[in-house]
Amino acid sequence: MSEKLEAYKALPAKEKRHAVVNWILDHAMIIIILLLAIYVQIQKPAFFSVPSLVNILSLTAARLPMALGVAGCIVLAGTDLSGGRVAGMTAFVAAILLQKADANGKILTGIGPQPLILVILLVMVIGAIVGLVNGYCMGKFKLHPFIVTLATQMITYGTYLTISNSKQVSSLDTSYTTSFVTHPLFKIGTTSVMTYVLLSVILTALMWVIWNKTTFGKNMFAVGSNEEAARVSGVNVLATIVGVFMLAGALYGYTGFVEAARLGSSTATLGLNYESDAIAAVVIGGVSFVGGTGRISGVILGVFMMQLIMSGMTFLGISGNVTYIIKGAVILFACILDMRKYRAKK
Amino acid sequence: MEEQNVLLRMEGICKSFPGVKALDNAQLTVKAGTVHALMGENGAGKSTLMKCLFGIYSKDAGHIYLEGKEIEFKSSKEALDNGVAMVHQELNQALKRTVMDNLWLGRYPKVVKHLPLVSDKQSYADTLRVFNELGLKVNPRQVMSTMPVSQRQMVEIAKAVSFNSKIIVFDEPTSSLTETEVEHLFQIIDMLKKRGCGIVYISHKMEEILRISDEVTVMRDGQWVATRPAKELTMEEIIRLMVGRPLTNRFPPKSGNISDQDILRVEGLTAMYSHLKDASFTLKRGEILGVAGLDSSGRTELLENIFGNATRKSGKIYKDGHLVANKNPKDSIKNGFALLTEERRATGILGILNIRENTVISSLKKYKSGPLLSDKKMAEATSKMINAMHIKTPSQKTKISALSGGNQQKVIFGRWMLTSPDILLLDEPTRGIDVGAKYEIYELIQDLAKSGKSVVMVSSEMPELLGVCDRIIVMSGGRIAGEVDANNTSQEEIMTLAAKYA
Repeated sequence: MSEKLEAYKALPAKEKRHAVVNWILDHAMIIIILLLAIYVQIQKPAFFSVPSLVNILSLTAARLPMALGVAGCIVLAGTDLSGGRVAGMTAFVAAILLQKADANGKILTGIGPQPLILVILLVMVIGAIVGLVNGYCMGKFKLHPFIVTLATQMITYGTYLTISNSKQVSSLDTSYTTSFVTHPLFKIGTTSVMTYVLLSVILTALMWVIWNKTTFGKNMFAVGSNEEAARVSGVNVLATIVGVFMLAGALYGYTGFVEAARLGSSTATLGLNYESDAIAAVVIGGVSFVGGTGRISGVILGVFMMQLIMSGMTFLGISGNVTYIIKGAVILFACILDMRKYRAKK
Repeated sequence: MEEQNVLLRMEGICKSFPGVKALDNAQLTVKAGTVHALMGENGAGKSTLMKCLFGIYSKDAGHIYLEGKEIEFKSSKEALDNGVAMVHQELNQALKRTVMDNLWLGRYPKVVKHLPLVSDKQSYADTLRVFNELGLKVNPRQVMSTMPVSQRQMVEIAKAVSFNSKIIVFDEPTSSLTETEVEHLFQIIDMLKKRGCGIVYISHKMEEILRISDEVTVMRDGQWVATRPAKELTMEEIIRLMVGRPLTNRFPPKSGNISDQDILRVEGLTAMYSHLKDASFTLKRGEILGVAGLDSSGRTELLENIFGNATRKSGKIYKDGHLVANKNPKDSIKNGFALLTEERRATGILGILNIRENTVISSLKKYKSGPLLSDKKMAEATSKMINAMHIKTPSQKTKISALSGGNQQKVIFGRWMLTSPDILLLDEPTRGIDVGAKYEIYELIQDLAKSGKSVVMVSSEMPELLGVCDRIIVMSGGRIAGEVDANNTSQEEIMTLAAKYA
């Protein structure tokens, strides 16, 4: 940091101004969101109170796994639209396997709640299978990620609706909801911090290791940066693409598992637009659509910033309809700022 | 010689692409501890032959033996694992990653064997070891995109060496290197020779070839022409083998139809985002003006700035004595300019469209009947161009990507002729075109000059500039370093000017 400051001081006045403008533009998204948060705080002083902050952090933790998954797809210079519907599907699977034995209108009659660890593994495998299809179609048949994941999104949703008959699944077993996922881990003052926050922290740490310390992670960045260079250097490009999408799918699966418990039921609308929120957050966090760049810390920041906007708007009493406009504007603006860094000027 | 000394033997290699036979019974034999130069004009099949060896292309016919064993690599990984490495002509690097990430890509050092955890420490140490051995001073943690091209090229060379390969192919390794770096590369090659490696060295630069190689194989039109010891060869002899006919017949006679009248005057042209600086020159009606210079000397930038395809910082352009703005390509076309771009595949042809669509795209307004485009008018214009440019194609509806490079280029010429330009800016008009087709392009350019059009032509091939142009300006480091009379100059004079600000 001090090195950068030294370098800055050495610049002539004109370039200093240039450097400042560039720095502001590079961080514009974060600056604007923070200014917005300060505005909300002035209007509604409860915004930065402990319960509100814990709430924002908890929601960040709930949204983080999906964002981490989709971030890998974007590092590959691709995208993944299937996330939300995969989460909807796995929320349903988790819910029927973990419904109370004596629930009203029980779906899987005759079996009680299953062991949690088995259910987690199962939903992650289901997500990974969707990811396998996504990655294979892209890597093998060179299809555009947008088309492939749009198709699998529809297929997943249709499959879910067919199996579930669009039924809501509630009265879930307490081993799932209160004991495991939503059980208070500890309290800050009188506000509880839930167990799934810890799970998100663990998953995030794991993803950091995968991105930064494994061959797979390095290959992912290389393929995203220059697929041909990676191939010529002996990287198995197909395996890398498939791997990234399977990992993403598994994380979507996990998201569904947490969401059903958090909300206490699985419904047909669970997961709707989760993927676009995740993509928006990832882009705000500096993972670029040009591929090959991105950091886990950026993803965390992006999800947090996105949640800050959402909660801020709730605090100000802005309607859900307007929220969509703001989200869309944020995505556009973030992408424009991002491309600034990569566009070669002529 | 002793057969056991032979590292690599390629025999009867054939490879076809749609519309062109790239390799026809090509062969190559490389001995251990020698540098084998592979020579030939652009499109002679040198790179294709090496890509067949490396498994990037699969050959249609022929055999490849490595140390006596027949091999057929299916991927570059297989080639690398078997001791065959290549420094590619186009830099294939993950630019957003660090030097060491690029160096060990595909074979990262692990923390523990069989576990997929990469050891950064090991990677860093290994990179330093390789760089020290080669005398390279590059920070392993630097991000590739922040380094100059020449340094990135040296990293690429270090990467090929680090595989401990038996065969290393250098495909035009010096095109982006500075003079000291070229010397450095030659030291590295010398070291590899002493280790007993076989080096395949592809280059256009005669001096380099005669200096470092032990044997020379010459290719022409995808075929093997000759293999000789370098000691027995002279520059003239190599050119004769490469071209296959005396140099005098390579170019059609110059039109010589130059009027006294200036059609174009460029004053102090300076670019906003590139290093083009203070370029001034004039062009006469009917004149062919060559632009010489090294890669990235600002030649392409000069044309793009004249054509308004790049942002101008300052400078004025006068056509027929009147100031013209040329603020964007559309404006420039209206003012009677045309630009044939350098990368035909990337910025010239519309690959998935057919010949008619490619021909009429710059002059669509002419084919309107009412608010709609008339197919009949477009077909007429296209067939006129097919005849005028001697384009060989089955029909107007043929996809342009199915044509050979020379015919594609003629379609682009036709596209520009339909805009009725007075000044044609040509950027490497014969790049990647077969030798025979080059002659036709030269004829086309002379015909244009004869009909009173003026041409500014950028080329990396010096003989081409000397053989086609009337006058040549030489660029160096973004500036115009001098001007020579094409009929009364030498390659040495041009090279001296090209190095002026480099």
